[in-house]
Amino acid sequence: MRLTVDHVTTYRYSQPVRSVVQSHRLTPSVHEGQKSLDWDVLVSDGVPGGSYRDGAGDRVQGWTVAGPVTAITVSVRGTVETEDTSGVLRGYRESVAPGAYLRETEATALGAGLRDLVAGIAAADRLELAHALADAVAGAIAYRPGVTHAHTTAAEALTLGEGVCQDHAHVLIACARVHAIPARYVSGYLSATEDGAPHEAAHAWAELHVPGLGWVGFDAANRCCPDDRYIRLGSGSDARAAAPIRGIARGLTSAAPEALDVVVAVLASEQ
Amino acid sequence: MLSRTADNLYWIARYMERADTSARFLDVGSRISLIPSTHGYRSEWDSLLQASGMAEGFRSKYGDPVQRNLESWLFFDRDNPSSVASCITAARENGRIVRTALTSQVWDALNTAFQELKQLEREERSALDLSRLTDWVMRHAAMVRGSIDATQLRKDGFDFLNIGYDLERADNTARLLDVKYYVLLPRAEFVGSGLDNYQWTTLLRAMGAHRAFHWAYGGEVTAAKIAHFLILNPQSPRSLITCVAGMANHLGRLAKAYGRETEALDKARALLAELEGETVDRIFDEGLHEYLTRFVRDSAGLGLAIHDIYLSGEMRT
Amino acid sequence: MTTYFNEMTGTGGDLRLPYARLQDWVQSMPVELRTLKQAEAEALFRRIGITFAVYGEGGDPDRLIPFDMFPRVFAAAEWARLEKGIKQRARALNAFLVDVYGRGEIIRAGRIPARLIHENEAYEKEVAGFVPPKGVYSHIVGIDIVRTGPEEFFVLEDNCRTPSGVSYMLENREIMMRMFPALFRENRIEPVDNYSEALRRTLASVAPAKCRGEPNIVILTPGHFNSAYYEHSLLADLMGVDLVEGQDLFVEGEFVYARTTEGPKRVDVIYRRIDDDYLDPLCFRPDSMVGVPGLMDVYRSGGVSICSAPGAGVADDKAVYTYVPEMVRFYLGEEPILNNVPTWQCGKPDDCGYVLANLADLVVKEVHGSGGYGMLVGPKASAAEVEAFRLKIAADPDNYIAQPTLALSTVPTFVEEGVAPRHVDLRPYCLVGERIELVPGGLTRVALKEGSLVVNSSQGGGVKDTWVLAE
Repeated sequence: MRLTVDHVTTYRYSQPVRSVVQSHRLTPSVHEGQKSLDWDVLVSDGVPGGSYRDGAGDRVQGWTVAGPVTAITVSVRGTVETEDTSGVLRGYRESVAPGAYLRETEATALGAGLRDLVAGIAAADRLELAHALADAVAGAIAYRPGVTHAHTTAAEALTLGEGVCQDHAHVLIACARVHAIPARYVSGYLSATEDGAPHEAAHAWAELHVPGLGWVGFDAANRCCPDDRYIRLGSGSDARAAAPIRGIARGLTSAAPEALDVVVAVLASEQ
Repeated sequence: MLSRTADNLYWIARYMERADTSARFLDVGSRISLIPSTHGYRSEWDSLLQASGMAEGFRSKYGDPVQRNLESWLFFDRDNPSSVASCITAARENGRIVRTALTSQVWDALNTAFQELKQLEREERSALDLSRLTDWVMRHAAMVRGSIDATQLRKDGFDFLNIGYDLERADNTARLLDVKYYVLLPRAEFVGSGLDNYQWTTLLRAMGAHRAFHWAYGGEVTAAKIAHFLILNPQSPRSLITCVAGMANHLGRLAKAYGRETEALDKARALLAELEGETVDRIFDEGLHEYLTRFVRDSAGLGLAIHDIYLSGEMRT
Repeated sequence: MTTYFNEMTGTGGDLRLPYARLQDWVQSMPVELRTLKQAEAEALFRRIGITFAVYGEGGDPDRLIPFDMFPRVFAAAEWARLEKGIKQRARALNAFLVDVYGRGEIIRAGRIPARLIHENEAYEKEVAGFVPPKGVYSHIVGIDIVRTGPEEFFVLEDNCRTPSGVSYMLENREIMMRMFPALFRENRIEPVDNYSEALRRTLASVAPAKCRGEPNIVILTPGHFNSAYYEHSLLADLMGVDLVEGQDLFVEGEFVYARTTEGPKRVDVIYRRIDDDYLDPLCFRPDSMVGVPGLMDVYRSGGVSICSAPGAGVADDKAVYTYVPEMVRFYLGEEPILNNVPTWQCGKPDDCGYVLANLADLVVKEVHGSGGYGMLVGPKASAAEVEAFRLKIAADPDNYIAQPTLALSTVPTFVEEGVAPRHVDLRPYCLVGERIELVPGGLTRVALKEGSLVVNSSQGGGVKDTWVLAE
C-alpha cells in the first residue's frame, strides 16, 4: 500500500524561550515491510544536528532552534510504500540484544493487577502466548480517549480499565515481561480505515520478541498485528523512550508553559 | 573565559565591596546615633536601612531598630543577604568555584577572611565591640582588593573583577550620599547647621574620606563641596566619576582584547561624558535626590548590559 | 588469630628493603616535631582547599581527609608486576565494553551470562552499536587492589566510570616533598606529577572524528557542592582546560559549545565527572539539572567525545567483576596477572547457601553499592548486625555478593602512641587512550582505627603518599 503522511506539530510558548533542542525519531524504519519513497522533516528556524542510527536501528536526528522564539513547527511529510508482513519485523538491522528489553521502566512496572491479568494465560509456544497476551490486554482495556494522559503507567491504566493505544502498549509490555518475553514500545502511524472507525493516526503498539521470528508487532488497541496500514518510526522501552519527538525548551517556566497542537493525516494514496 | 567564570569573578568583587559598605553603614549609623537628634536615633537608623535596601528584612525579623539587633543584622545575620557575613561567605564561595582563576594570594585573602569570620561567629557577642568588627571588615576587604591588584594577571578576569568593584562602589556611594541628603535631613532649615556638619563629617568618615576631603577642599564642610567630592572629583576613590571612569577603562580593555566593541562600553562612555560635563550647581538645580536616583538607574542599566553581553553566556558571534 | 603482612617488617619482623631508609627517618623524629609536621601538613591541605564533603553526615562541609605522613613504599620489581597486571586488566575491561555493545562475542561464547549484561542497570541501550574513538569506553580505570603477602595481590573492584581520589595522589606527594625534601633526596622515588599531562594526552587522543585541529577539552562537574569539586578544579587547572557545569554547555546543530565571554566555543572532548543518568535530560533522566540537553545525539553522531563513555559502568558492576579474569583470557589470550578475590554471588542458590551459613566470616557487599556503605564485615559485626543482614540477603539475593575477609596488609602509621601498623589498600589510575599509561603511584587509603579493615574516607579512613622506588 502507498501511504502519505502529513504530520504537523506546533509548540507555542506564551513567553519567548531562549532555545529549543529536540531529538527526533521521525524517519520510517528501513525493513522488509516498508520503504520511504520521499520523506521530509522540517523544523521552523531549526538547524539540523547530528544524525545516526541508534542501537535499536532507528534513525535519530537532532535539531536545535536558537531563540528567542515563541513558536516552533515540526512538519513531517512523505510517502511510504508498505507491505503486510503479519507484524513480523524482518530485514531490520539493530544491535541491542532483546534481553535488554526485560528491564522494567516506571511506565511498565508490574503491579498486582498485571500479575492477575496474565496469571491464567498459558500457550504451547511463544507466538501463541504473545497473541494470547495481546488479546487479554485488548479485553482488559477499553479504547477511550481522554481518561489517561502521557504519564499514566501500565498499572494505572489497568486499574482504570480504559485508555488509548499508549496504555495498551504499556500494559502488553508489562505482561510480556511476566513471561520473560522481551517487549518494547513502538511509535508510528496508522492510516484511516475505510469504515471510518475512530483511530489514532499517530499511533503506538508493542513488539514482542519471539524466538525464530524475531520482533513481532502487536496492536492490542486494534486487536491485530501491524500490517500494510502501519508505518513504523522507532522503538524504546516505553512511550518516553520511543517518543518521535523529544525536546527541551530553555527558559520555559511553569508560569508560562508550552501549548502543543498536533495535526496528523495518514491516507492511502491512489496507485 | 567561561561566562560563568567571569560572572563568579565579578561577584567576588561585588560581594567584597558590599561587605565593606555594610560595615561602613554600621559605622556611620552608630556614630550618628551617638549625637542628640530631633527624631531620635531610631528614625535615623530607619533611614539608613531604607537607603541600604535592607529595611523590610530587618523590620520583619526584629521590628524596631535596636543597636544590638542592628549590629546582628548588618554584620552576622545570614538572613540578610547584604550582611558582612553573607557577603564574605558568598565572595569566598564564588572564589572557591573559580579557585583556579585566582592567584594563591587572592584565594588566601578570601579564605582567611572566611575562616576568621567563622571564628568571630563563635565568639561571645558581648566581647566584640563595634569598631573592632568594622575595622576587621575594612582590613580584609583591603587585603583582597590589594592582592588582586598586586598579583592577578592583567587579563580579562582582572577586568571583570574591577568592573564588579566599580559598579558596586558607584552604587553604594550614590546610596550613602542619598541617605544623608534626602532621608536623614528632611527639613531644609537644618542645612548648614552644626548638626548638619556633624552628620556630613560622619558620612565622610564612614567613607574613609574625612581627611582626604579636607586636603582637597579645606575650610567649611558644605553640601556643595561634599557633592563635588563624592560625585565629580576624579581624585576621590569613591566618587561616581572615578568608578565610572574605571568601568569605561576596563570595558575598553575587554573590547580591545576580544576585538569587539559593545553596548556596555557605549553606555559607560556616555555616562562618563555626562559626569565630566556636570557641575554641582546643575545637580542641585535638578535636586540631589533626583540626580542620584537617575544615576542609580543608569548604572543598573550598565550592569544589565554587562550581564547580557559577557556574563550570561548568551552572546552569539 | 590472623597474622597480617606488614609491608615494612613482613610477617617475621625483619625490615623489608623498600622501607630500609624510613627506619632512621622515623627514629629521628621526636614526638614534638612529628606533631608540628602533622599540623603543618593539615594547614597546607586546608590552605590549598583540598577538602572532602561527606554526604548525609552534616558537620563541617570542609572536612579534611586525614593525611598520614608515613609513606607506603613499593620496590621497582613489585611495581613492575602490578603495572603489568593493571594495564592488562584495563585493556580487557575496554575490550569487553566494545564487545558487549557490539557483537557480544563473549556472551555468544557462553563465557558470561547474557542476563548479567543485558538486564544490568548499567548496560546502556543508547550506546549499543557505537564504537567510541579508538575503541575506548573507560579512559580512566581505577583498580582497587589489596595485598595479603609479599607476592599476594588481589583486585577488590574495578572503577570504570569516574574513579575519584587522584587529587590526593598528587597533593599528598606535593606536601610530602615540601615537608620532607631530604627523604626525597635519600630515596629515589618515581615522580607522579606527570599524571595531568598524561591525562590530557589521553583525552586529546580520543577526540571525535569531526574534530579539526587541537581538540578543546573540558571537565564537566556536577558543581561546586560536589564532594570531589576540589579534584575537578585541580585537574582542570593542571591540564589548563575549562571546568564547566552543564549550564555552561549547549548544543547547536551538530556540536557542543561552551558559553564564553567571547561567544560560543566548540568543545571536542568532555571528561565528565557526572553519572550517565544525568548527562542529557533528553536521553536519560528528564529531571537532570546538571546535564546538557541534546548531548547524546551529538555524541552518537561523532561531534563530541565523552570520557568515560556512557555505558562504561557495566564493566565495573560487582556481579560482572567475577568474570574479569575470564575477560582477560577471552580477549587477550593471556592468564590474568592480578587475581580476583574469590566471590560468592548470592543470586546463585549454592553460593547463597554458603554465604548465609558463613556470614560471620565474610564481607558482604551490595552489588551496586559504593563508598563502603551497605556493607557487612562479618568478623567485626555484632550478632544483631549479622542477623539484620541475613534478612536483607534473603529478601533480595541478587543484590549481594560476598567475599572472604582478607588479611589486608598493614603499613606503619602515625598514631597517638607513636607508630603502629594499620590496614591499607591501593587505587592506581590507569589511563587508556591511544596508548595505555600508568603513573607509578596511586592512592593508598588507610584504615586509621585500630584493627579496622574499612579504608573508606567516609568511614574513618585516611590517605598516604604512595612511593614507587626507581631501580
